Amino acid sequence: MNIQQPKIDTSPKVSDEIRKTTCYMCACRCGINVHMKDGKVAYIEGNRDHPVNKGVLCAKGSAGIMQVNAPSRLKAPMKRVGPRGSGEFEEISWDEALDMAVGLLKPIREKDPKKLAFFTGRDQSQSFTGFWAQNFGTPNFAAHGGFCSVNMAAGGIYTMGGAFWEFGQPDWDRTKLFMLFGVAEDHDSNPIKIGIGKVKGRGGKIIGVNPIRSGYNAVADEWVGITPGTDGLFILAMVHELFRAGKLDLEYLSRFTNAPVLIDAETGLLMRDDAGKELVIDRRTGKLVAFDQKGILPDLAANHEGNRTVFQLMAEKYLDPQYAPDAVAERCGISADRIRKITSELARVAFDEAFELDQSWTDFRGDTHDKMVGRPVSFHSMRGVSAHSNGFQTCRALHLLQIILGTVEVPGGFRFKPPYPKPVSAHPKPHGKVTCNAALDGPHLGFVHGPDDLMLNGDGSPIRLDKAFTWENPMSSHGLMHMVISNAHAGDPYKIDTLFMYMANMSWNSSMNSGGVMEMLTEKDENGDYVIPNIIYSDAYSSEMVAYADLILPDTTYLERHDCISLLDRPICEAEAAADAIRWPVIEPDRDVRGFQTTLVHLANRLGMPGFVNEDGSAKYEDYADYIVNHERKPGIGPLAGFRGKGGDKVGRGEVNPDQLDKYIENGGFYVEHIPEGADFYKPWNSAYQDWAVGMGIYDKPEPYLFSLYSEPMRKFQRAAEGHGDRQPPEHLRERVKATMDPLPIWYAPFEDSHVDTDEFTVHALTQRPMAMYHSWGTQNAWLRQIHGRNPLYIPTKIWEANGFEDGDWAKVSSAHGSITVPVAHMAALNESTVWTWNAIGKRKGAWALENDAPEATKGFLLNHLIHELLPPKGDGLRWANSDPITGQAAWFDLRVKIEKSAAPAECDPAFPPIKSPVGQGPKELTWKVGK
Amino acid sequence: MTTLPGKTEKKLGLVIDLDTCVGCHACVISCKGWNTENYGAPLSDQDPYGGDPSGTFLNRVHSYEVQPLATSDKPHPAAQLIHFPKSCLHCEDAPCVTVCPTGASYKRVEDGIVLVNESDCIGCGLCAWSCPYGARELDQAEGVMKKCTLCVDRIYNENLPEVDRVPSCVRTCPAGARHFGDFADPESNVSKLTAERGGMDLMPEQGTKPVNKYLPPRPKDEMDQIDVLAPFLAPVAEEPAGFVGWLDKMLEKI
Repeated sequence: MNIQQPKIDTSPKVSDEIRKTTCYMCACRCGINVHMKDGKVAYIEGNRDHPVNKGVLCAKGSAGIMQVNAPSRLKAPMKRVGPRGSGEFEEISWDEALDMAVGLLKPIREKDPKKLAFFTGRDQSQSFTGFWAQNFGTPNFAAHGGFCSVNMAAGGIYTMGGAFWEFGQPDWDRTKLFMLFGVAEDHDSNPIKIGIGKVKGRGGKIIGVNPIRSGYNAVADEWVGITPGTDGLFILAMVHELFRAGKLDLEYLSRFTNAPVLIDAETGLLMRDDAGKELVIDRRTGKLVAFDQKGILPDLAANHEGNRTVFQLMAEKYLDPQYAPDAVAERCGISADRIRKITSELARVAFDEAFELDQSWTDFRGDTHDKMVGRPVSFHSMRGVSAHSNGFQTCRALHLLQIILGTVEVPGGFRFKPPYPKPVSAHPKPHGKVTCNAALDGPHLGFVHGPDDLMLNGDGSPIRLDKAFTWENPMSSHGLMHMVISNAHAGDPYKIDTLFMYMANMSWNSSMNSGGVMEMLTEKDENGDYVIPNIIYSDAYSSEMVAYADLILPDTTYLERHDCISLLDRPICEAEAAADAIRWPVIEPDRDVRGFQTTLVHLANRLGMPGFVNEDGSAKYEDYADYIVNHERKPGIGPLAGFRGKGGDKVGRGEVNPDQLDKYIENGGFYVEHIPEGADFYKPWNSAYQDWAVGMGIYDKPEPYLFSLYSEPMRKFQRAAEGHGDRQPPEHLRERVKATMDPLPIWYAPFEDSHVDTDEFTVHALTQRPMAMYHSWGTQNAWLRQIHGRNPLYIPTKIWEANGFEDGDWAKVSSAHGSITVPVAHMAALNESTVWTWNAIGKRKGAWALENDAPEATKGFLLNHLIHELLPPKGDGLRWANSDPITGQAAWFDLRVKIEKSAAPAECDPAFPPIKSPVGQGPKELTWKVGK
Repeated sequence: MTTLPGKTEKKLGLVIDLDTCVGCHACVISCKGWNTENYGAPLSDQDPYGGDPSGTFLNRVHSYEVQPLATSDKPHPAAQLIHFPKSCLHCEDAPCVTVCPTGASYKRVEDGIVLVNESDCIGCGLCAWSCPYGARELDQAEGVMKKCTLCVDRIYNENLPEVDRVPSCVRTCPAGARHFGDFADPESNVSKLTAERGGMDLMPEQGTKPVNKYLPPRPKDEMDQIDVLAPFLAPVAEEPAGFVGWLDKMLEKI
């Protein structure tokens, strides 16, 4: 048949209008163009002008349209009418809901503010929610960092004033060798993919260190399938090799780190002058001088009256044969030769491929350098290394590695993103002084400098419910969200009255020991009252946690709300620019829901909270948008840095501009301010950067500092454990603090290894989030769940064959804590003693408006049931958290299991009874076309 | 039977870089979004919130595990995972066109894009049966055959900025693993990439002459070989005392 080719319209109208806002399908916060047709969302694509994603968009972002129409969206405020966990609710008005909440919160505020525990999950407004909690007056606030990646954040800040992801990024345009630790598919989403594309496009190399070869590790030129929990050992073996070969950037170490600082041989503290400045020996004059004097060259090799430099301690420690490749190879699951080859390649690229940018700059000492030396090796890391009980020290070790190679804040290396770099001293310390009917004495979370800053009462008991900033985990800068329910239930350290949570699926995938948490949330005391008396919860969707709350304050979807992605919070800056952004309602909700932050403003107004009401009791802010524009944290500094001042022409500092949100919308939903040329490298020491940052309101004064290879705060805690000072750890923690608070990075085996029989539980078990769902509520998403609707347990060849597994088989997987029975699948590209699955695919029947036979609810499972928030009892009557002993980070990835073949059950075990869906179920078919 | 054009003026198609594709599915969902709202019937989903969800996709990513064979240099080669995006390859000898009983399937003379004229499609499924790549999907709600259009309603669309006149999968790909262009022009980006990187046909033995090309993954795990490519680092000293001596000497040079 020879037919006439049809004429088609190749230039159809694309949309009526494009509304530019910020994605919230994960924590990446890309710019999106929302194409509108007839007032409805027709299509979502990336915003080319946006600093984060530069036009590209991941699967989640494009699937946002299915999130906005999801049948699981909550419709109205609800109060519980059945028992907790049943899912039986009655819709109520906002007035009734707010009255109920105020009825619970007001007496707490008047009598005992700590009885409110307010914790937020995947909250992108922590500077606001924290401000609310501070003005309420409870010491019990944190977001989800404690169970996510506080080791990474705190390890970076304590070592070099910033970490990966939101804090910094590789110099993607110049780096030639990129080494990735413990990141398979997640943080951060699009920028890493863009960066990998750039590095590969130039013929650069990528080394992926991960027990699982998926995602980024699948495209890595070298895959290092390391044994979980041994990254620190591998890194220190490379440090050993670099020291041994003298492949160290001595000039960088001398000028920009505390390697040349003298250590008081008696105390182990840094030697300081009367002004508190660290002391070094100037190699040129041999004199003892403050580190910041003009023209000096601090001497790494100095010995002053028996007091040696940090560098000498480092050499002694890391040259020790315990770190030799041959000594670590077996434990790491990496051959000694391969460790040597990788180290050699790092050194070759850092030193033999060094280059110079013809750009002069002046350092904080006043010394001018005519060139910028580039070392094109860069690193990135996230949860894989941090979610272990040795994660903080491992993160420090990784920074040690990149610093001795001289690759931080230099061309081709790792670069900070404003407001980082920022030394520990420029961060607040934690606060916890409670006064009834008044605000807390300062921000909850911060960075301790030593034992004096711990949140302890006079009797040594914890101030905070989660026991953050106590001897159990002194440097817990993000709090311990994973301990909140467990501690509230146990009344350890005290009972609470109301648990108030936002976007935190604690009765399911966001808790260790999910089944136990369900029991804690539903257990009643001898009077028949719930042990945790009141629970208020806010979510946009019918998550598993909804069923366990007494009062639901329904949130909007991300296209129906105002938000700010603020420099005061977790910003979206680039190495060469400061940036912030907004969300705005590109559509109005078609349900009786309100943005949670607006609900918090309404509650604060009704409670008459300081910071939210004027002296006459009138409200300062009508809603969250009003707060974003009009709130000033300090005079002239508010949530948004762009378009400040009456005319909208001021940046960083400037008076309130009532038209600020309109300006952001006109500008595509974001604001970018570029760092001047010559100020964009060596930022912690570069006077031009420091001055720019002061102008932007990032610092109040220039804050140059030395990288802390030797951590003095850690030495102070260690010294207290050695018996010095007024505040010392309790006896049961003394030895642990002494051993783990080593001021130079060390490695020790994950705690689970010493608490369970490693001969019985021989297998490591991990989870990953798939790229198409990471950080998102994707399993309810009609498009995304077709990609990842099942999560078998992936089993390496050796274990697969030893158990005689075949396709379609099931296995019983047991840990010291519990067991699950789940479907298995073979995967060869996997560390031989590691099994894993996709996290949070498994769903509770009745949640998320999915039908009861959804594969997520029948064949999907959580590894969480195998992980306890506590270590197995030691017989001392104490509750030992399954957390990093330094930061309290949940040690999810310490898990050890054993695997046995099992008969195939009808569904995964454990199976929980369905909860009643408060929103009904979704449609049977979707043909989603909004245009004509 | 429907006739293919003897020759097309352009040969538009995609280069997909298997060395860079991280398997994120961004292309899959961007395609689903654009093509649900644009050319032809929406891409429907059946049982979208139930026990057996399935929908129409014009582009899917499959992942294949590959176990390289052991060699004397690499006695224990690590397995690899290859992410493999797949959509219509807009073949020069497209069997899906010649098999079509109504003329609904056709290959455009001007650019070689293979399209389905939905108003003529009777949903018989012969084209899907004849396609060796499994690149066509019958939409269950509309009863018509759906396939990649190479975003024919984007690439010439004067309502879009020029930079956006590419298929939505190419515009969205975060890793830059997808490239769009004219293979008839030896100077085009896609022709050059194919030449430089050894771009390959998918299943050439099928004789379909696919226009789309795949760039193969580069060799991997070269530091895991027994022979020494790069020499190990030489020690400056075996003893701590030697290290101090070395340090002193080095510091003099700064």
